[in-house]
Amino acid sequence: MANPANDTVKDLRKDILCYHCGDICRDDHIHFDNKDFCCNGCKTVYEILNENDLCNYYDLQNNPGISLKSKDLTDKYHFLENSEIRDQILDFNEGSVAKVQFYIPSIHCSSCIWLLENLYRLKEGIRYSRVNFSRKELNIDFDPQVISLKELVSTLSTIGYEPFISLEQEKGKKQKSVNKNLILKIGIAGFSFGNIMLLSFPEYFGFEGIDDLFIQQFISWLNVVLILPVVFYCSTDYFKSAFSGLKQKYINIDVPISLGIITLFMVSLFQVIFQLGPGYLDSLSGLLFFLLIGKWIQNKTYEGLSFERDYRSYFPLAVIRLKDGLEETVQVNRLAKSDEILIRNDEIIPADCILISHEASIDYSFVTGESTPVYKKKGDFIYAGGRQQGPAIHLQVLKPTSQSYLTQLWNNETFKKEEKSRIQLMVDKISRYFTATILIIAVSGLISWLYIDPSKAWFVFTSVLIVACPCALSLSTPFTLGNAMNIFGRNHLYIKNANIVEKLTNIDHIVFDKTGTLTCNRRGLLSYSGSPLTETEKSWIIKLVANSTHPFSRGILSEFGKGKDHNILSLSDYREIKGKGIAGIVNNHLIKIGSREILNGEIKPDNAVGFQANMYISIDNIYKGSFSVQNEYRLGLKHLISDLAPLYSLSILSGDNESEMEKLKDIFPENTEMNFRQKPEQKLEYIENLQKNGKKVLMLGDGLNDAGALIKSDIGIAVTDDITAFTPASDAILDAGKIGDLFSFLKFSDLSRKIIMTSFIISFLYNIIGMSFALMGKLTPIIAAVLMPASSISVVLFATFAVHFMARFKKMI
Amino acid sequence: MSVIILLIIFSIIVALVFLFAFIWAVKSGQYDDTESPSVRILFEEKKKKNKQGESKDPVEKR
Repeated sequence: MANPANDTVKDLRKDILCYHCGDICRDDHIHFDNKDFCCNGCKTVYEILNENDLCNYYDLQNNPGISLKSKDLTDKYHFLENSEIRDQILDFNEGSVAKVQFYIPSIHCSSCIWLLENLYRLKEGIRYSRVNFSRKELNIDFDPQVISLKELVSTLSTIGYEPFISLEQEKGKKQKSVNKNLILKIGIAGFSFGNIMLLSFPEYFGFEGIDDLFIQQFISWLNVVLILPVVFYCSTDYFKSAFSGLKQKYINIDVPISLGIITLFMVSLFQVIFQLGPGYLDSLSGLLFFLLIGKWIQNKTYEGLSFERDYRSYFPLAVIRLKDGLEETVQVNRLAKSDEILIRNDEIIPADCILISHEASIDYSFVTGESTPVYKKKGDFIYAGGRQQGPAIHLQVLKPTSQSYLTQLWNNETFKKEEKSRIQLMVDKISRYFTATILIIAVSGLISWLYIDPSKAWFVFTSVLIVACPCALSLSTPFTLGNAMNIFGRNHLYIKNANIVEKLTNIDHIVFDKTGTLTCNRRGLLSYSGSPLTETEKSWIIKLVANSTHPFSRGILSEFGKGKDHNILSLSDYREIKGKGIAGIVNNHLIKIGSREILNGEIKPDNAVGFQANMYISIDNIYKGSFSVQNEYRLGLKHLISDLAPLYSLSILSGDNESEMEKLKDIFPENTEMNFRQKPEQKLEYIENLQKNGKKVLMLGDGLNDAGALIKSDIGIAVTDDITAFTPASDAILDAGKIGDLFSFLKFSDLSRKIIMTSFIISFLYNIIGMSFALMGKLTPIIAAVLMPASSISVVLFATFAVHFMARFKKMI
Repeated sequence: MSVIILLIIFSIIVALVFLFAFIWAVKSGQYDDTESPSVRILFEEKKKKNKQGESKDPVEKR
């Protein structure tokens, strides 16, 4: 129930916040049950929760809800009645038991967990629900005879937790088992390491008491048994990677590691069998233990985010097809040319189509980032990826989904390549020389000892290989990059894998998309031009637009409507002409707002200037002026560009027209290349050309039309206002509000590279010390036992602390 | 001296018990989600209104 303390806090604030979602309420917000709600959706959710005694939801966190503004969910989930689709979504379905797993991007706080795990109190038929917070997943057991899958999904959607439904959920499950295996390996390596260390203590201290040969032998063999799972299970990944590298005639860092593991194991086994000593099994197990921990830190990714989405994730699973006057649900990939389909409000058009209905208003924000709807007439061509705003429309399919204008991009070969490793990692470069150097040193040691003392020659040879095992070398990279990635995450740049941090340092060309990346998506500022309006005229306009839900009208209302009371005015004959505008009589004056068509030639040609989407206003059939949307550039952009300009070459790729060129010239340096009216393929080609000229390209984009360019570029960063929203496949996801920090991210990745370099130097020092012992034939197990863990641990500590110290110094944490 | 051998064997057995407990914990999915259990444990079960059908307890996990 309502928490009185919360209410007083809220009263002190300037803005009234929605009790449900925490958005700032407009002046015309809803007051219900002593609480404020920003919209009807939020109020409805509150009512549902209140009825079912679930208001605990609001006690756990303040304003925990998800805004339901502009969401109309009626009929959206019809396709879930199609049994074929249903069977693909359900994990298990037998009689009265069904299990399903949903990915719900809007899960964000403890209240969400609480509410979703108490679903059984909301709807009968739900037996059990369980949230996995880090993966944003919800597992539900329910009775399909009581509640259908469709009802279940729409219940979730009405309370703001709309599941993301796609037919390719298999990928995620594989990833899970990889992580599980890694944790298992760390556990087993840790077990062996601990026990072998313990059993080796007498050896370290040279205890007199164990002169007994039997006990010595017993302990040695026990150690051999303990090391077996480490060599044959925990290190398999390194062997595999080294082997596949060698098969491609390429020496990666895993080659010297594998070489080291094998030598350590063989030499120890040899020593134990011939009773020459205890071997180096403690060093071997410790090495694996640290290596695996490093891998785990590097692999700790953002499970809730997806970096691999293609168009299939955006498009609906099924649409309604009209056949012989009957509606039927059909999977999108079964759509054929000249099928007639029905698209309801807020549904996405899955294929290139011709409009059969009279008019439609299509929002292409998924594709271009531009959210102002585009008006279409009967017979117009509509690209796939648009979203219908308004009443249901009929369309005729021109091309199947996979062949449409937008999705053709995915047929480009760029999307078929598994990995793009144009930038080679520093550690791989070094490991090639490293391996060669070590082999040369070992062989020359062997040869020279054959002259000095042949009995020790092989011992020296193996000692060099043992001590040179690049443990510290291979540890510094994962620990540094893993920690850097963590710090980026805290600053809202989420990186797919740690290697991207190092790759960032190689970038020399940055390409920006305009709409949605440089400019804000939603908050276009309205500016008015034309003959000045009096206060009375303004209030008439406000009265009129208050009746419309069009984004433009809401914009005018929020710009001019502050503190004005328009309730005293009378409005009659209100008309809303879809795609054209609105008209009505306010206090006996005819007001029209809308596109040029609604004004019937009242605008003289010389008034109609500019490329921007304009809203023209006439009062009593006299043209007054127009509102135009000014693109608002993101905060800190100017500063960012002036920081970047001296170090990187910059360019802009925009799908829009040239209208913003002058403004962009203000912000960007003169030599910036600006390309407008770019098609998705052209963007991709542009990146390709840059790369052919030897550039390492960083691309920032947001819409689906940038998807090709993001994939093609060396590093693609998807910029988004809402981290949980769908972003095209990319290497990193950046919170749009943080775009001004891009320069500090680039600088910090440079620092990380320097930290890696320093730890390389430290580990080389250890190697030189160890190597000199080995070449002198004095590498006893005790020296190895001290030297090898010491080098590993000190490098790990150095990498971790250096990154955190630098982050604090740069005020990133 | 053979008592040391016995002791070592026992200690290894005890350690193995813990190792298998760990393996079981990983395999049964206890490391899949490390965030929500920490939140879940703090939820208080409120006294529910005595509506029939709503007082069912959630089914325990498999």
